Amino acid sequence: MNIIVCIKQIMDPEIPTGKFKIDPEANRVIPSEGIPPVINPFDAQAIEVALRLKEANGANVTAITVGGQDVEDVVRYAISMGVDEGILVSDEAFKALNSFVTAFILSRAISRIGQYDLILCGRQAADRDAGHVGLMLGEMLNLPIITMAKAVTLSSDKFRVEHVITEGYQVYEVGMPALITISDEIGPPRRPSGWGVIAAAMGKEIPTWSAQDIGVNLSDVDIKSVRSETIRLFIPDSRRKGEVIQGNNVAEASANLMARLRADGII
Amino acid sequence: MAGYRGVLAFIETAEGKVTSTGREMLGVGRLLADALGETLDALLVGSDIEGVGRDVFSFGADRVFLVSDSLLAKYHPDLYTIAVSDACKQILPSIFLLPQDDVGRDIAPRVAAKLEIGLATDCIDLAIDPDTRLLLQTRRVYGGNATEVLVSRNAFPQLVTVKPRAMAQAKTDSNKQGEIITISVKLDASMARSKLLETVKEEIKGIKLEDAKVVVAGGRGIGGPEGFTLIHELAEVLGGAVGASRAPCDEGWVPTSYKIGQTGKVVTPDLYIAIGISGALQHTVGSLGSRCIVAINNDPEAKIFGVSDFKLVADYRDALPALINKYKEIISS
Ligand SMILES: Cc1cc2nc3c(=O)[nH]c(=O)nc-3n(C[C@H](O)[C@H](O)[C@H](O)COP(=O)(O)OP(=O)(O)OC[C@H]3O[C@@H](n4cnc5c(N)ncnc54)[C@H](O)[C@@H]3O)c2cc1C
Ligand SMILES: Nc1ncnc2c1ncn2[C@@H]1O[C@H](COP(=O)(O)O)[C@@H](O)[C@H]1O
Repeated sequence: MNIIVCIKQIMDPEIPTGKFKIDPEANRVIPSEGIPPVINPFDAQAIEVALRLKEANGANVTAITVGGQDVEDVVRYAISMGVDEGILVSDEAFKALNSFVTAFILSRAISRIGQYDLILCGRQAADRDAGHVGLMLGEMLNLPIITMAKAVTLSSDKFRVEHVITEGYQVYEVGMPALITISDEIGPPRRPSGWGVIAAAMGKEIPTWSAQDIGVNLSDVDIKSVRSETIRLFIPDSRRKGEVIQGNNVAEASANLMARLRADGII
Repeated sequence: MAGYRGVLAFIETAEGKVTSTGREMLGVGRLLADALGETLDALLVGSDIEGVGRDVFSFGADRVFLVSDSLLAKYHPDLYTIAVSDACKQILPSIFLLPQDDVGRDIAPRVAAKLEIGLATDCIDLAIDPDTRLLLQTRRVYGGNATEVLVSRNAFPQLVTVKPRAMAQAKTDSNKQGEIITISVKLDASMARSKLLETVKEEIKGIKLEDAKVVVAGGRGIGGPEGFTLIHELAEVLGGAVGASRAPCDEGWVPTSYKIGQTGKVVTPDLYIAIGISGALQHTVGSLGSRCIVAINNDPEAKIFGVSDFKLVADYRDALPALINKYKEIISS
C-alpha cells in the first residue's frame, strides 16, 4: 500500500501571545525570533495514522509539502518520525500560496508520484485554520473523502474510518484510493526516534520538484490565487475587566463569588 | 459580478424545524440581503422537506429552494456536495452561506473546488462594504491571535461558512409569505463512494453543552477523572452542563465531546466557569461570547484571568465545595 501524507510547516501555534506580532500594513504575521516553526500538529497526527497503518498492514509512506526552500525541515521531521520518503515541492512562482493554489499544486505533484492508495491530510493547518486543502485536493483528484478521522483501520482493502461529529462519531467504509483528513481526537503523535533523527539528518537528499517538474502552468496559479484576498489583519482585544474576588480564606472568597453572581443577576 | 444576485443560505432542519444555527444564518442573511437590496433565499436539501418551507419564511426568507430526493434523506458527503453545488449553479446567488458545522465544514471546501470559487470558513462577522458591495468576511486566524477580513472580488458566489453562535438569530414574523421553488438535481446511489456503517452518539448526561445557560469547564488542573465529579456536582446544582479544555479529553478523563475551543465546541452561556484551565487562546476562543466568565485557578498569574470578569485564586478542591454550599444556601433562603 502506498500512503501519501500532506504536511505543512507553520509558525508554532503555541507561541506566547505577547510574542505574536503582525505587520498591519502588509497584512502579514511577523515570524517570531527564537521560536522555530513546527510541523502542523494535525499533520504530525496524520503521519502517526500512516505509520500505524504501515505497522499493521505494510506500506510505503511518502510525506509531501509545498512551500519555499525554508520548509525542507518539515520533511526531515516527517522522516525522523518514520516515513519512508519525503518530497519538497518548491518554486519561486509559488508566492501567494492560498488554499486553492496549494491544493492545485499538490494535485499535480501527487499525479506525478502516480500510484497511491491513501492520501492523508490534517483537518486544518493551525496557522490560518482554514480546513480547505484536503477537501479541495480530494475533489481535484476525484477521490472519495472522509474528513475529521479519529481512527483509521484497514480490512479487506477497505478503510474503516471513525469520523468525528458534534454528538459523537460515525463509522464510514471507503475503498482505495481515498483521501482522509485527520482530527486531533486521534491522540498525540509519536516523537521522532533517535534513529529516525539520525536517518533524517544523514539521509539522502530530499527531492525538490519545481512548477515545471509537475507540469504546473504559472498563469493557472496566478488566476487561482486571486479568488480570496486578505484586506485586513489585526490583533483582536478580548480582555475583560477581571475583578478579584476577596475573602479571608478560599471558602469565604468562594461564598462571596457566588453571592456576587446572584446579586448581578447572572445566576 | 453580473448575473449573480441575492443571498442564499443553506438551512438545516431537525424534526421539521429550522435549527438554531439555521436561524442564525437567516438572521445575518437578512441583514446582508437588505444591505444589498436583494432577496434572501434558503436552500433546503433532504427528503420529504416540502413542509418545512413555511417555517423558513417565518425567519425572514423571501424564497425557499428545495432539493428533495430520497437519496438525501440522510447526510452523505458526496451526495450533499453534488446537490448543493448543482443547486448553487442553478440559483446563482451573489453570496452563499453555509454553517460551519458537521455538514458545512464537510462540504463547503468541496463546493468551492467544484465551482472554482473562493471560500472563507468559520466567519465570526459578515457585512457588506458600502462602496464595493462586496462581502466582508471576518474570521479568526492563528488560533485566535489575529483576526482577518477577506473579500472575494473575482469569483462568485462569495462562499463563506458561518461560525455557530457568532450571529444573532433571525426574528420571527409568522405572517411572512414566500415562494417555494423545487430544484431538480440528478443523483444516483453510485455517486456515494463511501458507506456509512453506523452513527455512535456519545451519551451526555443532562443538558446539552451548546444550549446550557451555565457551563462549568475543567482543565488539566483538575488532575484526573475523580476531580470531574466535583465539576459535575457544581454544574448540576447550577442547572448547567460540563465542558473541558482539550487536556482532560486527550487524557481520557472526559469524552472528547466535552471539548471547548478552536477545535471543539463554541459555547455562549450566561455564565462560564473555567476551572484549572490556563487560558490558552485555542481554548478561550470557544467561550468568548459568554456573558460572564469566572476563572478559578491556583496560579495568580494564569492567563485565563485576563479574559475573565471574576477571578478566584484558589485550589479548586477548596473552592468548589464552598461554591456549592453557598448556592444551596442562597436558593433555600
Ligand atoms: C492547533 C491547536 C488546537 C487546539 N485546540 C484546542 C481546543 O479546541 N480546546 C482546548 O481547550 N485546547 C486546544 N488546544 C490546546 C491548548 O493550546 C492548550 O494546550 C490547552 O487548552 C491547555 O489545557 P489546560 O488549560 O486545561 O491545561 P494547562 O495549560 O496545563 O493548565 C492547567 C491549569 O490548571 C491550574 N491548576 C493546577 N492545579 C490546580 C488546582 N488544584 N486548582 C486550580 N487550578 C489548578 C494551573 O495553574 C494551570 O493554569 C489546541 C492546541 C493547538 C496547538
Ligand atoms: N503547503 C502545504 N503543503 C502540503 N500540505 C498542505 C499544505 N497546506 C495545507 N496542507 C494540507 O492540508 C491540510 C489543511 O490545510 P488548510 O486547508 O490550510 O487548513 C493540512 O493539514 C495539510 O495536510
